[in-house]
Amino acid sequence: MIAMIASALALAQTPAAAPAGNAQNGKKLFARYGCFQCHGYEAQGGLGTGPRLAPKPLAWAALSRYVRQPAGQMPPYTAKVVSDKDLADIYAFLSAQPTPPPAKSIPLLNN
Amino acid sequence: MAKSKKLSVGRRNFLKGAAGGAAAWVATSGPLKAQQSEAPRNGSAPILAKEPDPGPISTVEVLTADRPGADFMVDVIKALGFEYVFANPGSSFRGLHESLVNYGGNKNPEFITCCHEESSVAMAHGYAKVEGKPICVLAHGTVGLQHASMGIYNAYCDRAPIFMVIGNTLDAATRRPGVEWAHSVQDAAVLVRDFTKWDDMPLSLQHFAESAVRAYKIATTPPTMPVLLVADGELQETPMPASERPRIPKITLAGPPQGDSGGVAEAAKLLVAAENPVLIADRCARTPAGMKLFTELAETIQAAVVNQNGRMNFPSRHPLDQTERAREVIRNADVILGLEVWDFWGTVNNFRDQLHRTSQPITKAGAKMISISATDLNTRSNYQDFQRFPDLDLSMAADSEATLPALIEACKRLITADRKRAFEERGKKLAEAHLQAEERVRAEASYAWDSSPISTARMAAEIWDKVKDKDWSLVGGRGWAMRLFNFDKHYQHVGGSGGAGEGYGAPSSVGAALANKKYGRLSVSIQNDGDLMYAPGVLWTAAHHKIPLLSVMHNNRAYHQEVMHLQRMANRHQRGITTAEIGTTLKDPFIDYATLARGMGVHGEGPITDPKDLGPALARALDVVSRGEPALVDVVTQPR
Repeated sequence: MIAMIASALALAQTPAAAPAGNAQNGKKLFARYGCFQCHGYEAQGGLGTGPRLAPKPLAWAALSRYVRQPAGQMPPYTAKVVSDKDLADIYAFLSAQPTPPPAKSIPLLNN
Repeated sequence: MAKSKKLSVGRRNFLKGAAGGAAAWVATSGPLKAQQSEAPRNGSAPILAKEPDPGPISTVEVLTADRPGADFMVDVIKALGFEYVFANPGSSFRGLHESLVNYGGNKNPEFITCCHEESSVAMAHGYAKVEGKPICVLAHGTVGLQHASMGIYNAYCDRAPIFMVIGNTLDAATRRPGVEWAHSVQDAAVLVRDFTKWDDMPLSLQHFAESAVRAYKIATTPPTMPVLLVADGELQETPMPASERPRIPKITLAGPPQGDSGGVAEAAKLLVAAENPVLIADRCARTPAGMKLFTELAETIQAAVVNQNGRMNFPSRHPLDQTERAREVIRNADVILGLEVWDFWGTVNNFRDQLHRTSQPITKAGAKMISISATDLNTRSNYQDFQRFPDLDLSMAADSEATLPALIEACKRLITADRKRAFEERGKKLAEAHLQAEERVRAEASYAWDSSPISTARMAAEIWDKVKDKDWSLVGGRGWAMRLFNFDKHYQHVGGSGGAGEGYGAPSSVGAALANKKYGRLSVSIQNDGDLMYAPGVLWTAAHHKIPLLSVMHNNRAYHQEVMHLQRMANRHQRGITTAEIGTTLKDPFIDYATLARGMGVHGEGPITDPKDLGPALARALDVVSRGEPALVDVVTQPR
């Protein structure tokens, strides 16, 4: 019985669809909470530190689960330090990142 | 040898004594006179016999000497072929310093003035990796060596040869009061003995000559590492009598140790039979020949290559290069050969830095692992740079580069027509995978392309655009440059610090650039901001000695590695996740590196925050460098 309640609560804490978030605030939080250190200010990824997160981030459920309980090297950001609302704002920021032009169209990348 | 030193010291004291004695005869000798006038007691003989009349005595003190011992030390240093001596001046080697610049003519070696002993050593470290041989560093035996010690440790970890000479005054009776006592020590080398290959404290000039030659030989025999000689102050300054003619022994270097024939045969058998062999090179190519040989091995068996870039081992755009897919090829490998791999265990295992540290192998069950490493010939106990012990199937304690010819021949002898066909098929697949990886790299670089702070990919691409048609050498920095530049010559990359002691980058770049200078190469360094701040005086050294070097600041305004460590701790403890910048960032104020550079006599431009301004700034800086002078462009970048 207790396990069922815990499981239900867990699901309630990580809803399947991304909740609405404020991308502008999300950008500030992405910097403030140190996400940029490994993933870059634009979430473009960092060499040897963190993968690219944007544009087209992972599905909300997968990303939020991973942020709370990372399987790899990433330090955990539990709900105690980053609320669901803040995480939703960060997710909105990631979702709003523009797609870059194709590498073939950038002369400096074709040397 | 001790007798010679005593004789030398005795000679100096005799000269002093003769002058003192003469003066005593001139002045009234109170105590002597009193003793002489004392009447004998109880009929016994007088306490002191009457001194004979010495006659007229010269009262001129000898103040000059023509052949100080340090002149011979310079003969030895010249015989070893050093082009330069890197040093911050120190009184404990004043004799040697003067002999170098006057007797030695300040040429071969030329004295390179450094502002910190750590810089002297790191410059020598960078120089050694370009030239493939050690250079001389002078330092105080106490405070100078203390400063130098991190640089020596880096070189030790990086298996780079450095020839240290430190000054010391062992004879307490000859030390000047005050500072010279604080700068003297019984055992000068003990401070760094754990991370030098050999040291000695010669007691005579002949001893110095023999130890210097021995030290050079030991430093240059793989595993190459720093060595240290103490040049005693008295030995430097005491004049050599005309009769003393020390000789310099013949300088014969040892050939590098090769892998045993059984091991080579076994390795060849495994590699030729493998379906997915992987060659991992770290500090493999000590010399340009090493790069050619390693490339030949890879091409002979069409193996996937993972280049860990401890040295310039393999052309970066070679179709067999699979560095971008290292984890994937290692996971699928059935045979892995590591050549001077610093951390074999860490290469084939995944390690998680969470509250409970765990690890698991990346390799598949049954994969055979072979190591060829000269480190196995000289593993010390105290400092733990030797890494965790890997599960190897075959281990050869030998120099990889020296072993490659035998290994290549052994492989060629085993290749049948069938294996050749299999190799060709494998080679085609690897080439295809390599091209796809290159495309992925370019795509990855396009993200945040126009951002401010400037992406490190953008910065690297802008630099590459400016240097690609020149005879360039990346003397500092890695990162995106390793992924975008086209490396195909040994001197185009010299590896890293070895011991990860920050403060290595800036001086080693200057040292490497000095080595490149005579070949007319364009030296470029991607310079971390925190690293430069340990001893920015290296910029002055580059300006003063007209060392052409383009330093492009990777200015992320922090000791960024530590920012991430602190973040990890805060997250783990679920508190203060916004405080990781305390004690780790360089802001308030931001450091103005362009002004800092100009203050040291280096062309400086920046800070550049708009990526569109970067190309023109680099072009202006390169104009300066093409005139034979250093230049710095401060670029404000993304963190990594």
